[in-house]
Amino acid sequence: MTVEEPKKQAFVHDLLGRSDYAIISEIVEPNSKVLDLGCGEGELLEWLAANKGVQGRGVEISGSKVQRAIQRGVSVYQGDIDEGLADYPDQAFDYVILSQTLQETLYPRHVLQDMLRVGRHGIVAFPNFGHSSVRFSMLMSGRAPRTKLFPYEWFESPNIHFLTVHDFEELVAMDNFVVERRYFLSGSRKVTLLPNLRAEVAVYLVKK
Amino acid sequence: MIVQANTVRFDSLTLDSGATLAPVEVAYETYGELNAAKSNSILVLHAFSGDAHAAGISPETGKPGWWDNMIGPGKGFDTNKYFVICTNVLGGCRGTTGPGSINPATGCPYAMSFPVITIGDMVRLQSMLIEHLGIRKLLAVSGGSMGGMQALEWAVSYPDRVVASIPIATTTRHSAQQIAFNEVGRQAIMADPDWNEGNYYGKQPPGRGLAVARMVGHITYMSDESMREKFGRRLRGKDNFGFDFEVDFEVESYLRYRGSQFVSRFDANSYLFITKAMDYFDLTNGRSSLATALERAQARFLVISFSSDWLYPTYQSQEMVRALRARNCDVAYVELVSNYGHDSFLVDVAEQADMVRGFLASTFEKVQ
Repeated sequence: MTVEEPKKQAFVHDLLGRSDYAIISEIVEPNSKVLDLGCGEGELLEWLAANKGVQGRGVEISGSKVQRAIQRGVSVYQGDIDEGLADYPDQAFDYVILSQTLQETLYPRHVLQDMLRVGRHGIVAFPNFGHSSVRFSMLMSGRAPRTKLFPYEWFESPNIHFLTVHDFEELVAMDNFVVERRYFLSGSRKVTLLPNLRAEVAVYLVKK
Repeated sequence: MIVQANTVRFDSLTLDSGATLAPVEVAYETYGELNAAKSNSILVLHAFSGDAHAAGISPETGKPGWWDNMIGPGKGFDTNKYFVICTNVLGGCRGTTGPGSINPATGCPYAMSFPVITIGDMVRLQSMLIEHLGIRKLLAVSGGSMGGMQALEWAVSYPDRVVASIPIATTTRHSAQQIAFNEVGRQAIMADPDWNEGNYYGKQPPGRGLAVARMVGHITYMSDESMREKFGRRLRGKDNFGFDFEVDFEVESYLRYRGSQFVSRFDANSYLFITKAMDYFDLTNGRSSLATALERAQARFLVISFSSDWLYPTYQSQEMVRALRARNCDVAYVELVSNYGHDSFLVDVAEQADMVRGFLASTFEKVQ
């Protein structure tokens, strides 16, 4: 029994409460350089710095979130993702993370292309619009679906592009990017069978 | 908190213009204690009209320092943890050699024979002091406005002697508008007959010109909103217009008061030389781009701008941050919301202090 294990569990369920973060924290190599797009209050970067010696940078649009991130010692830039990526030189990072934000960006394809210009690897986590609950909600109500993952009214939703596991695979193939690893999650459980129907969240590790 | 006020004399200082000042004195104060490893020093850099008295109560004047709300035990620059140093800038009139100092060659004040100085010269003199204090590397350099220019200059000129730089409400180069306001101030001083080509020491100083210069300055430090809140159209001590040119409005009274206050503590020739140094400031000078200029910088950066600051607007900070990111520098940036205009970094400091505290703590952790 090591001390590390329960800490990791706490990271997933208590500290951050997000299963995609758990996957990302496993993917990221120790002592690497990481850019987190839409990093919020910098919790993931702080964790990666403390536990994996990662050199982290973040981009976040919300001023109050940037303030809290800087307070915890994380180097975060206040700005939007599109302009946030443009300034960096090619291959400046080992990993560029986009966690639950792709569906909120104006030009997701450009964002993905620029992620892989700036980083050697891209890590993309997104809520799967193909999940059975979404399909069921739409089928039964005849309205824009509202589920646990997509709880917003259509007119208030930050999600402006809805994509499924299949859609993302297609986008990656369109630009000849390579999927290095893919993870499908339902709650905190991993899904292997019928991911497009059963995964609530998908996490992809991609490269050029 | 113990405030230590000191002056050190150096044999000479070579300036960017090619001229040499000999000797040169620098006034400074320190707060907190230098640790055994000498790894906890922070150089705080004052804005245009500031001085070495940044924090605590001056034993001389009984007044608090210009950044007393930021520097002290438990504050943004925590003197329980850090050793904070502040100098009066070269060209100043509060203890460091400036145009009002005696030129040893003539036995008279330099006045306008004082050499034109730059932000780079100010920083070079500071670096001599830091060396004199036996400090190899500063944990951080920080200041607002002209202090921010010095913080940037430090990071570029002495990259291996600065761990972190915190430029606040500042720019990498003065814009036409910033130069224009400085020129109005200078012309106001030089139009005052008492200025007398700068030779007024021992006589009547150009108080009217200097007061007008300061009034213009004060307008640029505030915002439309903060002036509306503070003064509105309220009349001063009367219910009706006076139908004359005495003070009618509160805002007139305030500006006149600040103008006359300034005359008693500031030298008009210092105003000329220091504003000129700010106008000359341009990190890209002689370099192909801002990113190239910042190439040498190795420091971590925390850049802060304020939403209502129209004198050093947010776009200037963003330009700086973009160039730093193009060099892949470690930079954090935030625009804080405040109504206080350019003065925000001096008066609306709660959030700024939180940023600085967290940023310094994580920087200090890395060097331990």
